[in-house]
Amino acid sequence: MTRLAIRYDVVIVGGGPGGMSAAIGALEAGADRVLIVDREIELGGILNQCIHNGFGLHHFGEELTGPEYASRLIEELLDHRIDVATDSYVLDVDADRTLTVASPSTGITRVQAGAVVLAMGARERTRGAIRIPGSRPSGIMTAGLAQKFVNQLGYLPGRRAVILGSGDIGLIMARRLALEDVEVHGVYELMPHANGLTRNIVQCLHDFDIPLHLSTTVVGIEGSRRLERVAVAPVDENFEPDLARATEIECDTLLVSIGLIPENELSAKLGLRMDPTTGGPVVSSTMETSRDGVFAAGNVVHIHDLVDFVSQEALLAGRCAGEFATGRSRPADNIRLLAGANVASIVPHTISSDREHVVYLRVRRSMEKSWLRLGEVYEKRLRYVVPAEMVSLKVRPRFLENFHGDALKIDIVPREEPGGDDE
Amino acid sequence: MSRGSRLSTIEVGGFRLGRAGIANVTCATCAGGGERYVGVVKDVVVIGGGVVGCAIARALTHYRIDVALVEREVEVGFGTSKANSGIIHAGHHTTPGTVKGELVWRGNQMWQDLANELGFGFFQNGDLTIAFDEDELLTLETIESIGKERGVTGLELWGPDRIHREEPNVSKEALAALHGPTAAVVNPYEACFALIDDAVDNGLQLLVGRPVTAITPEGSHLVVHVGDEHIATRCVINAAGLYADRVCRMVGIELPIRARKGEEYLLDKRLSGIVRRTIFPCPTPTSKGILVIPTYDGTIMVGPTAELVDDKEDLSTTSAGAAHVFEMAQRLVPGISERDCIAEFAGLRAVAPDDDFVIGATRVPGFINAAGVQSPGLTAAPAIAEEIVALIADGGLDLSPKPDLKSPAPRPVRVSELGLSELEQLVFSDNRYAHIVCRCEMVTEGEIADAIERGARTLDGVKFRTRAGMGRCQGGFCTSRCMQLLSDAHDVPIHDITKRGPGTWVVCEREERT
Repeated sequence: MTRLAIRYDVVIVGGGPGGMSAAIGALEAGADRVLIVDREIELGGILNQCIHNGFGLHHFGEELTGPEYASRLIEELLDHRIDVATDSYVLDVDADRTLTVASPSTGITRVQAGAVVLAMGARERTRGAIRIPGSRPSGIMTAGLAQKFVNQLGYLPGRRAVILGSGDIGLIMARRLALEDVEVHGVYELMPHANGLTRNIVQCLHDFDIPLHLSTTVVGIEGSRRLERVAVAPVDENFEPDLARATEIECDTLLVSIGLIPENELSAKLGLRMDPTTGGPVVSSTMETSRDGVFAAGNVVHIHDLVDFVSQEALLAGRCAGEFATGRSRPADNIRLLAGANVASIVPHTISSDREHVVYLRVRRSMEKSWLRLGEVYEKRLRYVVPAEMVSLKVRPRFLENFHGDALKIDIVPREEPGGDDE
Repeated sequence: MSRGSRLSTIEVGGFRLGRAGIANVTCATCAGGGERYVGVVKDVVVIGGGVVGCAIARALTHYRIDVALVEREVEVGFGTSKANSGIIHAGHHTTPGTVKGELVWRGNQMWQDLANELGFGFFQNGDLTIAFDEDELLTLETIESIGKERGVTGLELWGPDRIHREEPNVSKEALAALHGPTAAVVNPYEACFALIDDAVDNGLQLLVGRPVTAITPEGSHLVVHVGDEHIATRCVINAAGLYADRVCRMVGIELPIRARKGEEYLLDKRLSGIVRRTIFPCPTPTSKGILVIPTYDGTIMVGPTAELVDDKEDLSTTSAGAAHVFEMAQRLVPGISERDCIAEFAGLRAVAPDDDFVIGATRVPGFINAAGVQSPGLTAAPAIAEEIVALIADGGLDLSPKPDLKSPAPRPVRVSELGLSELEQLVFSDNRYAHIVCRCEMVTEGEIADAIERGARTLDGVKFRTRAGMGRCQGGFCTSRCMQLLSDAHDVPIHDITKRGPGTWVVCEREERT
């Protein structure tokens, strides 16, 4: 495309799975003029470097690779009239939903949006965030950057690698490097539990004989030019390393996979109300932020385990944005959700008693057999919960028929009684 | 033309320069022996491209003389200067009766003009030295009178009300503070690049990525061996920082230089503005202590530690250093949290005996030291350059001004500092300025291309010239893009692009499968 229109019903910032799903939602809701702005040269976001399979089981009902998942969404979009500005960057969004877009092909353009959907995704936490002592040689990078080098640019990050952090990207990269004959010494995880999905532990580590060391972390980095070795040591229950038991590993590469941070620079410029526990904006059940007509979905709101859930959340955000832009709106929320026992975060932050919602939770710590309690109106048995896996809860209008308060607390508490069916 | 050193503590004596013209000498020390060197004799060779060497080289290229600068790293400013805090000291902190004490205030007064002339960033934010009790208040009063005696302007003691009105996030426990309005901040590496770019524009021969291996007196000249290349010169300026001892030894002079490490911690831009001035604790006889520094780029930096180390390549940060820095910084500004740390690094200060600068001629004719330059070396650098120029003039080099001096190149564009209409104008003439490469710091392809044109050849070179990769994602997004741009511009494969020179490779080639 060479020119952007001056007005759109819905403008979506980010063309990854969240942005594309939001666009589909907006079109379904009857928005005519929809624009996706993305900084890469093609749509798909991070999916394009995720060439492994395991995507789409929930959303498409079949197992796909990342690029396949992205092309499914692109094909759906191609059935509609939609503008896509790639190689373009949203510099700013005003409170009146005017976006400033920079692009080498269109220059600096201002675009007015009926509704905006923020779908900027997330960035990776880096070495600096956890302050590993030692020198600063080359050879230390995030697992996601290494994935881009290997899968998209065709280069290896090194020959002998250590992976710090058992996030999914780290696990996937452990396998990817092993397949490229890179020596992978192991994955080291500070926590007593893995941070990635169980299936990735099995398929990426066990199947390739790559050891996972829990309650262990990197405590030293050596090498004045290129990385030469790292020191690893076990940690106690307060995560203090036992340096007396540190061992050294000769390696030229350290990949860090220590979590994702929602990418909220634009949200900050808009002055959105933020949730410190998710790192993303506070959203209503329509995925609307604290500013009218500004919606958000995907990893920019909270970090998801699976792209399928991103799509589902973003479809909803897109639909609601489309409705907003065309002058329709759903009844406002009337119940706040509060995080209770063993609940770290909840999205959305409010719900309405008149319709069904999917609420996503993250727990603070692992727990076998437990109850999930929604105030006193509903309870559900859970077989186990772990921080690495999001818990979803369908809240149906009938749960709330006899509830007249304005806030509901969600607790996850141990379930001690014997017997009973597990869900 | 004799300009005379204004520095009372420097003795100039027994200093003479070799003849100008063509050198035709036998170099006895080279492997194989007897290799002949023929070439034009340089007037001056500066060894070391830190801020001191760059300032000296730049000052010298304003005269009708032939100057070269040799740097062992692949880009200038990559040693001690890169890790400098960027503070232009107000002028009152340094001990009287020392060379550094004499040069700090002179240097301070030169930076504003230098920044205006060369167009690098300079912000006079002032500093505040905090006293928590009566003893510390006495120390502040002493420092104030030292400063006033030296001529430092604007010094003022503040009570708690004034402190908290001006800097509301400074500890409520503060009893008093000494305000030094003449303190400022710069980007030390930006200053190095601006100085060297201007020097090169005015005829400096710059040799990077090549350490000096030997210096031999040949007739009335000194021959500087840089790998296979031999440069005959009338005068050598030793500005080799940590390795000034090694360079001295090449001419038979003993000058012990030790390394004192300083760890610094950079915090997220979220904390930008928590203090406006550089915050100092009350100094002890041995240390200025841990500071809270609002850098020129708006991030907050805390540090530095001060610890003598044996290994001159030891740039490691330590758990103990981090704990100390954050404890001390929180004492000054309680809102600072180690959770906001986005990056850490360490630098090594070059420490000469008596902890003072060593500036002056030596018993070896033509060999001048600008060594042992530690804090406040950045502040003093322009004054050191002035001293060296005076020394060379005293030594008999004819320093007549260059008639066709080129005016400095305009400061590189920084898109993040432009207003929208300025950006639109710029994009109209070059659309690469609408292509965002580093999203944390808003750096465009246009800026990176410009940095490469100005001499950036590594990822760090691009980063320190443009800030691409310095933000909160620490290059997670832009590293591959910057490597691609470097690879295209220098026409080398991506796997040949390094972080900061030989040995610092970033990626390697995939092995072909059989």
